[in-house]
Amino acid sequence: MDITKTLDAKGLACPMPIVKTKKAMDTINSGEVLEVLLTDKGALNDIPAWAKSGGHTVLEQKTEEDVLYFYIQKG
Amino acid sequence: MTVNKWTAAEVARKVIDNEELFILDVRNHDAFEDWKIEGHKFEYLNIPYFELLDGVEEILPKLPTDKEVLVVCAKEGSSVMVAEMLSEAGREVAYLEGGMKSWSSYLEPIKVSDLENGGELYQFVRLGKGCLSYMVISEGEAAIIDAVRFTDVFTNFAKEKGVEIKHVFDTHLHADHISGGRHIAANTGATYYLPPKDATEVVFDYTPLTEGLNVKIGASQIDVNALYSPGHTIGSTSFVIDNQFLLTGDILFIDSIGRPDLAGLAEDWVGDLRETLYSRYRELAEDLVVLPAHFMIIDESNEDGTVARRLGDLFKENHGLNIEDEAEFRRTVTDNLPPQPNAYEQIRQVNMGKITPNNDEQTEMEIGPNRCAVR
Repeated sequence: MDITKTLDAKGLACPMPIVKTKKAMDTINSGEVLEVLLTDKGALNDIPAWAKSGGHTVLEQKTEEDVLYFYIQKG
Repeated sequence: MTVNKWTAAEVARKVIDNEELFILDVRNHDAFEDWKIEGHKFEYLNIPYFELLDGVEEILPKLPTDKEVLVVCAKEGSSVMVAEMLSEAGREVAYLEGGMKSWSSYLEPIKVSDLENGGELYQFVRLGKGCLSYMVISEGEAAIIDAVRFTDVFTNFAKEKGVEIKHVFDTHLHADHISGGRHIAANTGATYYLPPKDATEVVFDYTPLTEGLNVKIGASQIDVNALYSPGHTIGSTSFVIDNQFLLTGDILFIDSIGRPDLAGLAEDWVGDLRETLYSRYRELAEDLVVLPAHFMIIDESNEDGTVARRLGDLFKENHGLNIEDEAEFRRTVTDNLPPQPNAYEQIRQVNMGKITPNNDEQTEMEIGPNRCAVR
């Protein structure tokens, strides 16, 4: 997977992870992939729901040592 | 316009006083469908906050201007953001301090009744989670039944009332919420009771709560009598208090009955549940007032906010007490059960003393509705 951009949103609380993810998404092109690192567990459900509503695709998500990783392809 | 901040206590007052309120819930749809703030006269609009990042103009026509509007999210952050956006758009709105997390934790003590010789019985209503705890007070002494984990609420209340907590009971090993019982007992020197059949795996000391145990509270000797009533768990025990009140734990609710599956033994325990509901409880006086450990929907509560109903009325009205055919009863309580409560297996481990999560982890485990019943 080619990662176009990485956003480190660790330590941020809701709603900032999504606000920042949205802003980062606005800077990449359709088909490109944004990697997002988070620690707010609320994002576990909110990122996929937000991506779906915006027409983006979560290609992969994983948790490593309490950090959530999302790989979102811009729609 | 100003953005107001409401506490869970203020929202609880709106629920109990049957007031109107418009709730703009900005959590995602799944979270809202699963669990929300319930009020008799509340209206709702659920728009996830992440759909409002570009502005709130689209939802303005959907928000009333003649009613109070409360913005709610999981923890608070998103509701503040949306409330500020609405404020900038000229609307006066409030947000819930601490979000659903604080709503899940809030307890409202409501007096159920006076007892003999100045005694009192209180029901602690945890509106956000549907948990009900009890305190019996009589002449300087108190007993607590099914305390939730916010132990300060109970110890502070006892202090206010000038009573010493002497006895703390859990009707069963809870699976939907974390018990505060043994911690209250440890902090106050009270005796902590738990049914031994539910306690085979616990790692702390307790006093066995068994059929026929009788405890007197205060000089006026308010009677607290234990009645073995298995079915939700194998140890589930009810209490008859002052010959007037029947505390049913998670066996019998107002509009539903207990589920037998949360310890993984539905098939084994369904017979016990039947026996308790259709034989043991039938032998009791119909004028006893049933006080359960949970409610599932806000319609189960009375005008004054208490959750209580005459046993005789439940024999007539509660569907779960009116399934004549035993095979049909068995099917009702073992097939098509609602989803199990969030993290119920972990919660049981906590209540056995096997794991000791921190406060945030405990909050996380208890998120969501309680789901202890079969309707």
